[in-house]
Amino acid sequence: MNLRYRLISLSAPILALSLSVLLTSLILTAIGKDPIETFVLMYDYGTTGKSLVSVFNRFIPLYISAIAVAVGFKMGLFNIGVEGQYLLSALLAAAIGASFSVSRPLHILLIMLIATAISSVWGAIAGYLKVSRGIHEVISTIMLNYIGTGIIAYLLGQVFNDEDAANLIPQTTPLPETGQIPSLNNLLNIENLPSLHGFLPIAIFLGLLYYFLIWKTTLGYNLRITGQNPTAAKFSGVDPKRLTMLAMVISGGFAGLVGMGPLLSYHHQYSIDFPAGIGFAGIGVALLGRNHPVGMAFGAILFAFLERSSQILDLRDVPKEIETMMSAFILLIVVVFYEVIRRYIVTQQIKEASRQVDD
Amino acid sequence: MNKLTIFLREKYLVITPILLIISIAQLEQYSQLTTSGTFGAALRLSIPILLAGLGGLFSERTGIVNIGLEGMMIMGTWFTAWGGVLYGPWYGILFGLAGGALFGLIHAVATVSFQVDHIVSGVAINILAVGAGRFFNILAFDDYEYASSTASPIVEGEIGRITLPFISGGEINGSPTSNILGSLEEQNIILLSDIAGLLYGVTSNISYFSIISLLMIPGSIYLLWRTPLGLQMRSVGEFPSGSESLGVNVYLMKYTGVIISGALAGLAGAYLVLEGPSVYLEGQTNGRGFIGLASLLFGNYRPFGIFLGAGLFGFADALQLRSEESIHGLLIVIFLFMFILTARNIYQRNIRSGVLSGLVGLAFFVWFNNSTTIPIQFVYFTPHLTTLIVLSFASQKFRMPKSVGKPYKKGELS
Repeated sequence: MNLRYRLISLSAPILALSLSVLLTSLILTAIGKDPIETFVLMYDYGTTGKSLVSVFNRFIPLYISAIAVAVGFKMGLFNIGVEGQYLLSALLAAAIGASFSVSRPLHILLIMLIATAISSVWGAIAGYLKVSRGIHEVISTIMLNYIGTGIIAYLLGQVFNDEDAANLIPQTTPLPETGQIPSLNNLLNIENLPSLHGFLPIAIFLGLLYYFLIWKTTLGYNLRITGQNPTAAKFSGVDPKRLTMLAMVISGGFAGLVGMGPLLSYHHQYSIDFPAGIGFAGIGVALLGRNHPVGMAFGAILFAFLERSSQILDLRDVPKEIETMMSAFILLIVVVFYEVIRRYIVTQQIKEASRQVDD
Repeated sequence: MNKLTIFLREKYLVITPILLIISIAQLEQYSQLTTSGTFGAALRLSIPILLAGLGGLFSERTGIVNIGLEGMMIMGTWFTAWGGVLYGPWYGILFGLAGGALFGLIHAVATVSFQVDHIVSGVAINILAVGAGRFFNILAFDDYEYASSTASPIVEGEIGRITLPFISGGEINGSPTSNILGSLEEQNIILLSDIAGLLYGVTSNISYFSIISLLMIPGSIYLLWRTPLGLQMRSVGEFPSGSESLGVNVYLMKYTGVIISGALAGLAGAYLVLEGPSVYLEGQTNGRGFIGLASLLFGNYRPFGIFLGAGLFGFADALQLRSEESIHGLLIVIFLFMFILTARNIYQRNIRSGVLSGLVGLAFFVWFNNSTTIPIQFVYFTPHLTTLIVLSFASQKFRMPKSVGKPYKKGELS
């Protein structure tokens, strides 16, 4: 019986995906483009070797961002501030990491540690404001995002700007060789393709770590029961304030690693070109993947694929922003379907239970 | 205790900083802080926040949390630009209203009919709005010369402006009248000139759109507290099962509330476009939807409170346009304010908060002493920082609608 419910649950994202495709097709038809041709074009472009590497590279930060959001979601806490947390910590980690040099694995580890610490502290501010001042975390994290953006602009422009560089855009000093993660191409014998970021194994490890943390530790158990029933959790001895702080710190910690994939394995320095918006995209991935490590992996791949494959559209005179619309449709529809199906399953279970009582 | 002392006691958080700013502004180098120009800009910048806050009010009073205000506001900005470019500014306002209401409807369908978590739906709407704004903009303005993927062409035409006659020197039938406030401001009399500056700023060269927006305050009060519809809407936010048992159509009330909420947020977007650069720009809303939500909390779910909060945040926003030197003077204002808070906290035996505010105050004093200007990048987030600071001292005493944020399904006891 349990398996049946699981299958029904799984139908939600598939239904949402099909409905979004349908909606997107309607829009495409409305603007005079052939939807089937467009989707075929996107698929063909998205599945070239070059594109696939790019999809995986994009997957890395997206997945970690989703994990960061999911840690909060698990206890009903909305960390909308992943965006600010990862950008600020990436900048500071890039600047501090470039200022010293030790042997390779240690250097990389230290940079990641710095990013995690800074991001945790930034996340903890929102936790503190919620716990002691009663400010809803959505408002505080959003405000902290704007404040973070301002601080980044100041630090990048006035403090850390590498003035020796011939480049005109503000940027930090590049990381030394010891602070860079090599690409996986040699290891996996991938030839003639752009480099596959070496951060991929770490992202997968973080997925496992997240699974272990949420489903195999007491802390994770407390997070989950607080998310499902705060009152029951409180009576079972959970301190909601302490837990909120912890969740924000851990969520912020994961957020700090979001920027590490692009920084350590590709950009090697923080500039205004550093990829932004991953924090918000991660919210969508976490919602789509229902905070489950495997679900979020699929979600991250899907969104990364959509984003990459839509790049071809501009060349064919279709606005590539159709992809943003499509992702948003998927998101909106999937949350509705999840709720509908959750209610359906609850009703079924009640019926079943009453049938058993009757027997 | 009479009403005035109660008012002062409750709103000291707004009044103290204003008094401090006025006293600081007596010094020559900070005088820009209280000119009529500053207050005029403050009014102009607080109105979108006010409208968003009122939008939040309608939604939350019917029990639906509306984090999607920001997204609805974005839709307001784009639809206004679209309607405005096609048919002129007044149609732009209508389009903006409708665009916001449309997204309000989406939020209502998700949260009311499908009982999706309110914050989840709101977040999804914000994401959808950013994409939709850009997508629509490319589609609609592809053939226009001065448009890009993130900016629309200019909305031609003006919404009229008016200056109050006799008091602020407005014209009647083309002939000028006396300008009492204006001349008072120029006299530089302590306090009096500052207040005259405030009044002059908010009574001269005011657009009709501002007046319409300000009328939304009495309008909301009337609708929510003086009509049967308003009573039903508020009852739904407090105790939906009870309302249902009395024959109130709970879903309809919630839909009404959320759609009005979206419409007001759309109006806020329209204001941003028409009273700002006259074009839609991506990122134009700049978190004002969320600041509106903050002003709703600050105002304790009441229209006038929202207005006060919006005024405060609008003032913080307006300072961006002033000279850097004046803004530097604000550091000393924050220091003095923190000092007062510390004294108050210690007086109330609230040692931990006292120490905290004391330390923050000290930090600002050190900063003030060791610098001559504030980096321009910091000025940019003044309203957001103000929001956080104000909320952290103002919260705790909210009386929110009882069932706000709880999903309600017909026939289930909530």
